[in-house]
Amino acid sequence: MGWALIRGWTVLVYLFMFLPIAVVVLLSFNASQFGSFPMTGLSLRWFAELAGNEAILRAFRTSIVLGLLTAVISTTIGVLASLALVRYRVPGRNLISTLLIAPILVPEVVLAVALLLFLNALAVNKSFALLLAGHVIFTLPFVILVVQARLVGIRRDVEEAAMSLGASPVQTFFQITLPLLSPAVLAGMLFAFTISFDDITGTLFWKPGGVETVPTQIFAMLRNSISPEINALGTVMIVLTAGLPLLGIAIARRMAMKRGG
Amino acid sequence: MSLEEREARQPVLLLTPAITAVGLLLVVPLGFILVYSFWLRTATGADQAGFFLDNWREALSDPFYRDILLNTLKIAAVTTIVCALTGYPAAYFIARSRGNKALLLLLLMLPFWISYIIRTMSWINILGASGAVNSGLMALGLISEPLPMLYNEATVVLGLVHFLLPFMVLNVFVSLDGIDATLEDAACSLGATRWRSFLEVTLPLSLPGLAAGGLLCFVLAAGTYITPIVLGGPSDAMFANLVFEAIITQLDWPMGSALSLMLLAVLGALVLLYNHFLGMAQLMKGLS
Repeated sequence: MGWALIRGWTVLVYLFMFLPIAVVVLLSFNASQFGSFPMTGLSLRWFAELAGNEAILRAFRTSIVLGLLTAVISTTIGVLASLALVRYRVPGRNLISTLLIAPILVPEVVLAVALLLFLNALAVNKSFALLLAGHVIFTLPFVILVVQARLVGIRRDVEEAAMSLGASPVQTFFQITLPLLSPAVLAGMLFAFTISFDDITGTLFWKPGGVETVPTQIFAMLRNSISPEINALGTVMIVLTAGLPLLGIAIARRMAMKRGG
Repeated sequence: MSLEEREARQPVLLLTPAITAVGLLLVVPLGFILVYSFWLRTATGADQAGFFLDNWREALSDPFYRDILLNTLKIAAVTTIVCALTGYPAAYFIARSRGNKALLLLLLMLPFWISYIIRTMSWINILGASGAVNSGLMALGLISEPLPMLYNEATVVLGLVHFLLPFMVLNVFVSLDGIDATLEDAACSLGATRWRSFLEVTLPLSLPGLAAGGLLCFVLAAGTYITPIVLGGPSDAMFANLVFEAIITQLDWPMGSALSLMLLAVLGALVLLYNHFLGMAQLMKGLS
């Protein structure tokens, strides 16, 4: 009896998390010209309109470029640091770990203000560079946490074997370590990209006038009223940031199963 | 260079970029705004360097700021409690279920991949004047005018709970999953009721996860900028909105610095307290 209650409650929790999102997707196919109920019919017109909206396309380009650059920089820095923390006995390890995690512990607004004012004092105005610096520092702790978790599972003796067989440290890194690391690198990049792509609070502080990322574009559009276009944009975002990774996981699983059996 | 020397030098080289980045982009900037908060914005719009206590005096004594800070902490506290009460049973179910645990966990992670602004605005589709609830009730003929349900403190909390619940469930799950399920059975076989064995065995052992989830929910809720704007009314501003107002709208950077540091001090104190009693390791477990 108690267990049934807990099960029912859990179902409600999951419904609470996903129903509003499902409604966004549902309404994005609404033929009505208002972004709301009742549904008057199914239509793809809002997606067509999105594809023709120059401001939204520009926001997409900005977000994707920003997300990719953030992912590459943040993951490079993060993988190096994680290697040091997992592989070596570093003096002051706890302090360093806490320092590297600090950008998560500091509220995002405070981080945003500090970076904006400091870089402004160094004559770096609101710009794409500031935006990139902000996204890198904001995503770095997440990358380090994810990559560290993956690194723990990689055994070191394979590298030692390569070296004892005559490979140079550089050869060992590129031919042994990097291939073994690649799942961790990939996970870090995916994580950094997703966080950057989704960030809004810091972005609102750092972005120069006239530049919008997809979230700030949606935020600006919300100021007027909720239009069906926003729902369509939301659906596109959900497919991109949740649908594609899910598909990736499913494909990876099937491939692993084929290989295994 | 001997192998030992290389072993000693390598971690330093590997850590340098990350430490430099955090130092230059976080630690030094925080020190900078601390200095900045003692400067003064003059009537001409220029900043006057110096050591003035005016911003701090105003930030700490003006009831306007104090009320919004207290309100922010209240909203964060309510959000955290609701997340704990709602999330704990779900986490318990996932940890103890014999069904598809991996699928349930994957679904739990899914919201992290869905844009925060979209998850927030999705409630307008549900609770707005022509949202699902109002159109449903009107279609049934139960009401003739849409009920005003949005843009109040309750919807701000609702939006925050929707955003933060996965953090809570994941953290509680991590600690529950680490508890040997047979402990509860042992307590039962020794004569405790299910409920009592939960209260005296499982619940205390899961407190670290509950605390980690609670800290994350509270800190993230108290620092929110977007949710009160999208789902709150004009009087539901939270502290981050004040900071944005001071920095971006009024361009009063010294005052904005003082306000930011005030928020950091309050939330930082909580993090330190947590670190003192439970350590950061638990928090990292739930985050990765």
